[in-house]
Amino acid sequence: MTMRWARKLLVAMLLSGAAGCATTNGDPRDPLEGFNRAMFSFNDGFDEAIGKPVATAYRDVLPAQVRTWVRNFFANIADLWIGANNLVQGKPLDAVTDWARFGFNTTLGLFGINDVASEMGIEKHDEDFGQTFGRWGAGDGPYVVWPFLGSSSVRDSAGLVLDIHFDPVVNHDPKGVRYSMVVLRAIGRRADLLDASRILEEAALDKYVFQRDAYLQRRRSLVHDGNPPRAARELPRAEAPETAPLPRAIDTAVRLLEEPAPGAVSSGG
Amino acid sequence: MLPKPLRLATAAATAAIVLAGALRAHDARAQGMAPDALVKNVTLEVVDIIRTDKDIQAGDRKKVIALIESKVLPHFNFQTMTATAVGRNWDKAGAAQKARLMDEFKTLLVRTYASSLAAYSGQKFEFRPLRAKPTDTDVTVNVRILQSGTQPVQIDYDMEKRPAGWQVWDVRVGGISLVANYRTEFDNVVRESGIDGLILALQRKNSERAPVAGANKK
Repeated sequence: MTMRWARKLLVAMLLSGAAGCATTNGDPRDPLEGFNRAMFSFNDGFDEAIGKPVATAYRDVLPAQVRTWVRNFFANIADLWIGANNLVQGKPLDAVTDWARFGFNTTLGLFGINDVASEMGIEKHDEDFGQTFGRWGAGDGPYVVWPFLGSSSVRDSAGLVLDIHFDPVVNHDPKGVRYSMVVLRAIGRRADLLDASRILEEAALDKYVFQRDAYLQRRRSLVHDGNPPRAARELPRAEAPETAPLPRAIDTAVRLLEEPAPGAVSSGG
Repeated sequence: MLPKPLRLATAAATAAIVLAGALRAHDARAQGMAPDALVKNVTLEVVDIIRTDKDIQAGDRKKVIALIESKVLPHFNFQTMTATAVGRNWDKAGAAQKARLMDEFKTLLVRTYASSLAAYSGQKFEFRPLRAKPTDTDVTVNVRILQSGTQPVQIDYDMEKRPAGWQVWDVRVGGISLVANYRTEFDNVVRESGIDGLILALQRKNSERAPVAGANKK
């Protein structure tokens, strides 16, 4: 039964993807824009109908302290694989830190519901297999939007398969507990993003483009642990074409933005 | 001895001069202030007001916007910001178009900023020391927001030295540059409907109703 439902969903999505092909901007980072936009509106519809209301109810019903416990509990479990990823990325010290966090939080923090490690100054990291592949030199590949999972790239999708495969929550038995935990974690995450999604709503002219660019920028930053190279800034000033009498920083900034990531190229819709 | 009215007048003039001097000294302090100190002062001042002001706590959006306009805006360089966001199309815009673009972009950013401030719920800040030479005129100031159970969120302020003091021309939140993020959007709109189309799109965006104030406190 689940299979049949999944197949119907897939067909529906492929159809809407084909229909969505009309509105693309020819961005080289996003060759699947038609499909992606269709997935995006599917996700958006799902979020409006179920995700946002449930997350809002969760936030309104549970006290902030309880929500923090839930967030910390799952964040603590995640630290195990964050450590493993740091190790294979050649950052053994960070890996040891992550596992130390897990040790302290699981014991002193009562099964992870209190983030005592952060209070001790042992900082949390953010790693996953997509970032590991990036660290190993893999580029993003085309941008992809998956149903329910949202923004991704080809590289990060490959990472996601491993993230899910090794996820202790997804692998937990018995199934009853597993599913409740997966749902609780998803609701908690969505609730944490309520403010952010409201701000996105307000800031973006085109939500799809805004979210895509934010995702790609964010991933680039994460792969480089918050310090992505900004090579363009080091260019000698002489190379900058002398143009209008703009403030100097504009030249630098425009160059900086146009060189590393050739965004939308005007190849027409 | 001067006659009484004259003495009063001189006293008033002296007072005015002293006052003007004091005001200028205040300006001078902002001018001479190191960029990281400036960011720290403004952040702490604004957060303190947000935390203590009863109207803002009750969701008074107008007051938040007024707060941003008086405390934060003077330290932003909207010309650089807008020019960078519009990118290669900036040179195609006439002076009047540039002014309107700047104006609309400023409104959009202030509105967005007001919503971000409304979402503030007591997170702690960590102000990192600036790694720059005293002669640098182009620096990045790092601030981090600490929250239990998540990696700290890094905020980078790209700042440039101007005659009026240090000014911000881009903000990167968690590695996402505000200006870069708008660039693709703006580029798409300009390609489809020109600079005027972009001005119109921004106007339309700005005239949308603000989301329910304090929706997060329902």
